[in-house]
Amino acid sequence: MSSAVAEPEVPGLPELEGHFTATIEHADRIEPRDWMPDGYRKTLVRQIAQHAHSEIIGMQPEGNWIGRAPSLRRKAILLAKVQDEAGHGLYLYSATETLGVSRDELTEMLISGKQKYSSIFNYPTLSYTDVGTIGWLVDGAAICNQVPLCRTSFGPYGRAMIRICKEESFHQRQGYELLMTMMRGTDEQRAMVQESVNRFWWPALMMFGPPDEDSSNTEQSMAWGIKTHTNDELRQRFVDMSVPQAKALGVTLPDPDLVWNEERGQHDFGQPDWDEFWAVVKGNGPCNAQRIAHRKQAWDEGAWVREAATAFATAAGEEKSA
Amino acid sequence: MSDTIRAEWPLYEVFVRGKRGLNHVHVGSLHASDDHLALRHARDVYTRRNEGVSIWVVRSTDISASSPDEKDPLFAPSGDKVYRHPTFYDIPDNVPHM
Repeated sequence: MSSAVAEPEVPGLPELEGHFTATIEHADRIEPRDWMPDGYRKTLVRQIAQHAHSEIIGMQPEGNWIGRAPSLRRKAILLAKVQDEAGHGLYLYSATETLGVSRDELTEMLISGKQKYSSIFNYPTLSYTDVGTIGWLVDGAAICNQVPLCRTSFGPYGRAMIRICKEESFHQRQGYELLMTMMRGTDEQRAMVQESVNRFWWPALMMFGPPDEDSSNTEQSMAWGIKTHTNDELRQRFVDMSVPQAKALGVTLPDPDLVWNEERGQHDFGQPDWDEFWAVVKGNGPCNAQRIAHRKQAWDEGAWVREAATAFATAAGEEKSA
Repeated sequence: MSDTIRAEWPLYEVFVRGKRGLNHVHVGSLHASDDHLALRHARDVYTRRNEGVSIWVVRSTDISASSPDEKDPLFAPSGDKVYRHPTFYDIPDNVPHM
């Protein structure tokens, strides 16, 4: 965008900071062309890009089962879901670009490992049941994370989240319905559901990030209105939501310490294996290398399409101006 | 490959009319190689669930915008004209339909 009106005198730094802080304090939104501190911009680029990358990489574990879905109905649902993940990635990439990063740079940073994506997508989908469990637990955890982000202080991020949350509800419900269908099936199918839930429960809890005392970015992010809840608050909320859902489904959650605490009015629960979490974040999860290699392959093999479209547009433009 | 072909596709802003009778509203942006593909991509990215009956796409570089820094001077002329609002006028409660 260009500015059609004459630029006014440039305000000083204290004035700019004051205006920024006042906007945050009023719970008003910061928009892309507003002045913002470098740290705020950097934190947002890191967080929104990581979120975008997660949506894009998140297409892989479930995409794995599109060709093997058990019915046309399930296949259509799964296709729609994976297409949504692509769409969510695009909304978020657009939001990141308003902060002055290019799409190509973002793709490069994902492929080179300079930027991360959610550790959950480094776990494999071993059976079709995992499609249901991912919908229920992984998308359920994502919703817990994302609903508060609809009110985040950066306008484009909040607007992307509103759009995503509307669509995410379908993701969770289709997963839960899939699992319910299997629970009404044979003993073998019920065992498949339980096994899948056992594998995904702890990685789902890790999706909220490290415990508050180890989360270096939380305090500043909350002061800036980027985050509105801590990791542990959201994890607690997710556990409390999931327990009755597990009961209705007829599965157990694989945590011996999970118990209702009357005094707190919340569940007590055990901690995930944080050593495993950090190992996966650092690139040593079961599927890290495979996920990135697949993304790189798709990017490289799509190059000729991008180039052909650009060449076509250039030729058409030249013809018009000739 | 030349630099022009390597270059990123231009950015488009997308506006969607939710249903007949409503304005087109800005919904987001996307990259596309030309106007035609921008419309196609906009359909796939922004209207997967009947969100619209009409789409506009426009290159971001073709939009002229007021600068956020000059918000105050630009909009100041309307700030002190309270008489432009209906609530400025005291009308007795017993006057109907006003």
